Parts: sequence; C-alpha cells; structure tokens
Amino acid sequence: MAAPSLSDTAPPPARSFWQRNQMRLAPWLFLAPGIAFFAVYVIFPIFQSFHISLYRWDGLGEARYIGIQNYERLFDDPAFYTSLWNNLRWLLLYLLAIPGGLFIALFLNQQVRGIRLYKSLFFFPFVISQVVVGLVFAWFYNPSIGLLNPILGLFGAGPVNILGNPNTVTYGIIAAGLWPQVAYCMILYLTGLNAVDPEQVEAARLDGAKGWKMLWYVILPQLRPATFIAVVVTVIGALRSFDMISVMTNGGPFGSSRVLAYYMFEVSLSEYGFRMGYGAAIAVILFLIMMVYIAFFLWRMWREERGV
Amino acid sequence: MRFTFTGAASVLALTTALALPASADLTGDLRIFFNDQNPAPRAAIEGMVERFQEMHPDLNIELTLIDREANKTQIRNYLTANAPDVNGWYAGNRMRPYVAAGLFEDVSDLWDGPMGEELASTRPALTLDGRQWGVPYTYYQWGIYYRSDIYEELGLTPAATWEEELANCEAILASGRKCYAIGTRFLWTAGGWFDYLNLRTHGYDFHMALTANEIPWTDDRVRETFANWRTLLDMGAFIDNHTAYTWQEAQPYLVNGQAAAYLMGNFIVEPLRDAGLTDDTLGFYQFPEITPGIPMAEDAPTDTLHIPAQAQNKEAARAFLQYVASAENQTIANEVLGQLPINSQAQVADDKFIQAGFEMLSNATGGIAQFFDRDADAEMASAGMEGFQEFMVLPDNLDAILNRLESVRQRILED
Repeated sequence: MAAPSLSDTAPPPARSFWQRNQMRLAPWLFLAPGIAFFAVYVIFPIFQSFHISLYRWDGLGEARYIGIQNYERLFDDPAFYTSLWNNLRWLLLYLLAIPGGLFIALFLNQQVRGIRLYKSLFFFPFVISQVVVGLVFAWFYNPSIGLLNPILGLFGAGPVNILGNPNTVTYGIIAAGLWPQVAYCMILYLTGLNAVDPEQVEAARLDGAKGWKMLWYVILPQLRPATFIAVVVTVIGALRSFDMISVMTNGGPFGSSRVLAYYMFEVSLSEYGFRMGYGAAIAVILFLIMMVYIAFFLWRMWREERGV
Repeated sequence: MRFTFTGAASVLALTTALALPASADLTGDLRIFFNDQNPAPRAAIEGMVERFQEMHPDLNIELTLIDREANKTQIRNYLTANAPDVNGWYAGNRMRPYVAAGLFEDVSDLWDGPMGEELASTRPALTLDGRQWGVPYTYYQWGIYYRSDIYEELGLTPAATWEEELANCEAILASGRKCYAIGTRFLWTAGGWFDYLNLRTHGYDFHMALTANEIPWTDDRVRETFANWRTLLDMGAFIDNHTAYTWQEAQPYLVNGQAAAYLMGNFIVEPLRDAGLTDDTLGFYQFPEITPGIPMAEDAPTDTLHIPAQAQNKEAARAFLQYVASAENQTIANEVLGQLPINSQAQVADDKFIQAGFEMLSNATGGIAQFFDRDADAEMASAGMEGFQEFMVLPDNLDAILNRLESVRQRILED
C-alpha cells in the first residue's frame, strides 16, 4: 500500500514575519532613504526656520527669544516690500518663457536637413550654468564694454545702463533668466509635439481648420501635459531666482533688484548679515507664499488622479 | 589650496644651517587659513611661512589660501567647527561678532611685551573691550590717485583745500573729462568717499562717534557732509553709470584719461601700473582739507591675523603671530605686498606711493580710521553703504535715506 501523498494538504511551513509582510514592507524600505533625507533636509528645516524666526540670533552666540518682533519689523521694512514686488514681477514675466518656448518648438518641429543641429543650438542656453548666463548678460549690458549699447546705437536709441538703473534692473535680469528658461520650455513642447496624433491633425485639416484655430483647438489641447509641466518648472524657477541676481547685481543698485530669497541670504548669511532670526522670518514668509502655489498644484494633481 | 612647507624648508634649514637661537622646540601641526589668493599677498604669506618654518624645522605648517570674498562668509563655519590655528581677518569693529561670541583668542599677553610698543599705532584698532584680539601685518593708505600728465596739461596742481579741489574739478570738466572714476557696484567704494568727506568736514571724533552709533543720522552735521558731496554730484564730477562697475571696471576711465583721479586704497597702484601708467603719469595726493583747522585724519585699513579660540596649537600660533609682528618680517612681507608695515622699527619700501603714504600717515594728527565697513557695525555698514550709493544716483532722496539709516541705528541700539 502506498502512503497517500499529503503534500497538497499539508499546512504550509511557518513563515517568518518578513515573508508574511514582504509585500507591504518592501515599498517602505525602498522609500526609507528618500523619506529620511526628505525629513532631515526639508521637513525639519522648515520647522527649524519657524523656530529661529522667533529669536534674535547672530548665528554665532546666544539666541534670545523675542516673540514675533522679527515679523513686526519685517512688515515695516521697505526693503521687504521691494523684494516682494520684485518676486511678483519675476513670477509674471517669467511665464513669458512658455509662449516663447511653444513658438520656437512649433518653428523647429519640421523635417529639414540639419534640424537636430538647430534644435541643439536653441537648447544650448539651458545647458550652461545660470552663473555663466548671468555673467554673459552682465557683460552684454555693461555700459562701457557691452554689446547692447552699440546695437541700440544702430537704431538711434540712446545708451542705457540696464543693471545700474533701479527702474530697469529687474527686467534686465529677468530677460537674462528667460533665455535658458525659453529653451527649457521649448524642449518640453518638442517632446509634446512628437506625441500629437497626426490623424487628428489630418481630420481637422479636412474640416478646414488651419492657422490659429488649428493651434488653439487641436494642437494645444493635446499639449496640455507639456504645458502643465512647463508652468510648474517656470513658476519654481521664478521663485528660486537667486543665482542670477547674485551674479549680475548683488541685489543692487541700492537693493532695487532683490527678491525675497536674496534678501534672506543678505540679512542672515552674506558679508554683513548676522540676523539669522530676521532671515528665518523672511524664509517663513517666502514659504507661505510658495505654499499657495504648492497647494494649488497638489489640488490639481489630486483632482486629475480622481479622473475628473 | 594646500602647501606643505616642511619638505622644502627642512632642506633649506640643512643647507643654510640658519640656527636662530629662538625656541626651536615647537612641534606638531600649525594650520593657517589666509584670506587672500592674489599674487602679491600670496607671495607675502608664503614667504612668512617659509621663514618661520626655517626657525622651527620640527613644526609641520599647513597653509590654506582662501579667496578674500569667500573668507568673509566661511569664517563663521571654520571658527565654530574644525578651527585652524591662525586665520586672517580685519581690525576694528569687523572683529566684534567673533570676539563677542568668544571665537577669537585673547592675545593681550603678546601686546604686553615689547611688541606692543612697536605696534602701538594700531593698538586701538585691535582692541575691543580693553583687550587685544589679533596682530596686524600690513596696512595701506587711502587717498587720491591722479593723472599727473593731465593735471600738467591743464596747468593744475593737486588741491590742498576744498575750494582748490572744486576749482580743479571745474577745469577738468571743462576739458571734457570727468574728475573722478568710481565703480559702486560693490558699494564700499562709496563708503570711502563718505569717510573722507565726513572726516574732513567734521573731523575724526565726529566720524568715529557716528560709526559707533552715538550720533543720529538725521543730525544736521551729517547733512553738511552730504551737502559737500552734493556739490560734486551737481557738478557731474563722477563718471556716469558707476553703479554698473566694480572698482576694477572703473580703472580704464583713469587709464584712458576719461577721468582725472580716483579715490582709492594703495592697492590700486599695481593694476594701474600693469595697465601702463608710470610714476610720470600717475601721482598721489592727500584728500584736501574741507573745514579749515580740523586735524587731518586718514583711512588706513589694517589687515590682521588672529588665533581662533578653538585652535589646537596655540603655542605655535602665538610664536607665529610674534614673528609676523616682528620688524624683520614686516619689512620683507610689505616689500612683497607693496604696502606699509605696522611695526615702527620696520623699513618702508622705496616706492613713490608707499613713501607718500608713509609720510602722510605718520603725520595724520587727526587719527587713523579703519574704513566705513570696519568701523561701523556690520548691519549699519551694509545699510549705510547702500544709502551712499543711492545718494550718488538720486541725491534728492537724501531725507528718505537718512531716515532709513536712522531707523537702522535705532534698531541696533534697541537690540
């Protein structure tokens, strides 16, 4: 007689905790390094900034608790309003990179000999560092050796001192910032254009759509994901505009090109800056402004994931 | 950048057998952070280290050169964590944050000896709270560097009084040139003009009281200083668009003869010589008298070495500072630097401008100021120099500027 094989019905061998929970634990383990770094370098400093903003501290000695005095002073500080206003200008004008990028992308989206070369030339400014872009534009604007004034001279326009004039300096820096940003948006749109459905274009053409109508009703709706990303990176780029200001003007002349991020650096970490608490208060305000935008962004993502 | 001098110097010590009787028993590491990478200062500190190494062959000296601007922010990090044994910085109020935080070693003991007498001229600049916190190795004069050939062509002589200065400027403007080159992109150049106008209008004591926050910025005497400045601005004495230039970028105006003079520190001589000006075309004169009878005071910024409180080898660091302060070292180092030695026993280099500066500063009966951003509190310095730049562009904003500076002063006093 043969012993019946029990292998099918035998109770499974005891499994370890790891084996039982592997499926649930694995994602967390993979996320752990990211979460740890995010907590230490992003979340914790946010709370630390809130905390420091309630103190008077030179970054070296003892910190003294002063309540909300830093905020009271901030709202009395003309330099704060100049910076805030400049941030707003950056935010609005930087968005010009999106139509600019779209225009160049549409222009380059064709099959001619050497198009790859042209595309890379247009993309080139995004590859070089912001610092280099800032330097190049600072030389370009320089009233004694720069190319801008001779060029303006050809059209009979008078010499200008873009970076030395409090009324024009911010626009000059934004123009420099737009150069690489337009290239970035162009790349986003070029990739987007690859995904445009040729059959829809064909169908629209049969229905007699062309020019602006074709662009507005047929092409742009299909480019929505690219537009969304372009808006996101451009707004973030505008809010962190720091390096160009630092390289081109140091916030000058007399503080008229500062933005909040630069002012924060200036009061707390620069050559003459020893007001950590005040700098932290500026950081908190900047954070709250960014929160408005981030909240909108998250809300939109959440809405799209729900499939509305 | 790091250099280890042990190797080269021990070979030297063997060959020259330069057996100085000094306490040659210093051992261990000596880490020095020096705050300049430019050719002349670099050669000067490397020379100092080399000579000190010969005296102490068993010491392992490690020299790190930090960019001058970068050091101004890095100093906070290295004084609080992993401090060197010696670091470079500046005299005056710029030491205060670090002294107040207990990050600089008290070196009054060095000053008590004969060294203190030899360095007596800068003792006040190195003193805070009644003690000394570092040792100076060089200083340099400020004054007006001018194109002597242009002055000759126009039949002018350097001014000794304000009226003469204004008359000269009129003549220079009439010849189609500007009187003064200046680049205010980095603000401090405007601080130099304010210092001199204020020192000459109201004297040293008033200037020091103002920078020490003892006098309101809205005081009428401050307005008188700005009124003198305004005279020059209304004449159009300064080059246009100066807000766009650094002090280096404004030099071509002087070199090309588009401007006749430049108020600057003596460090401008080297680049001007490199650009082709010679002792025949470049001259120097003291900033002229404005209010008659006020003793002449000068700006003469002093560069210093300090021992961080957390230094590991303070014994060697003290010996090094003592050597740096010595007449022998200050003679050699300042010859290389092209600047003035502090030590009264040291030799002054045989150079037209250094000699002129030495003469001027030896007779500075009014007093020696450091510079606006070294005499004033850091926050006041930054707000002040920004205000000076704004005044140079928009002189009608003076009331708003002074009110703003006064509110900064009030806030500093409150804190």
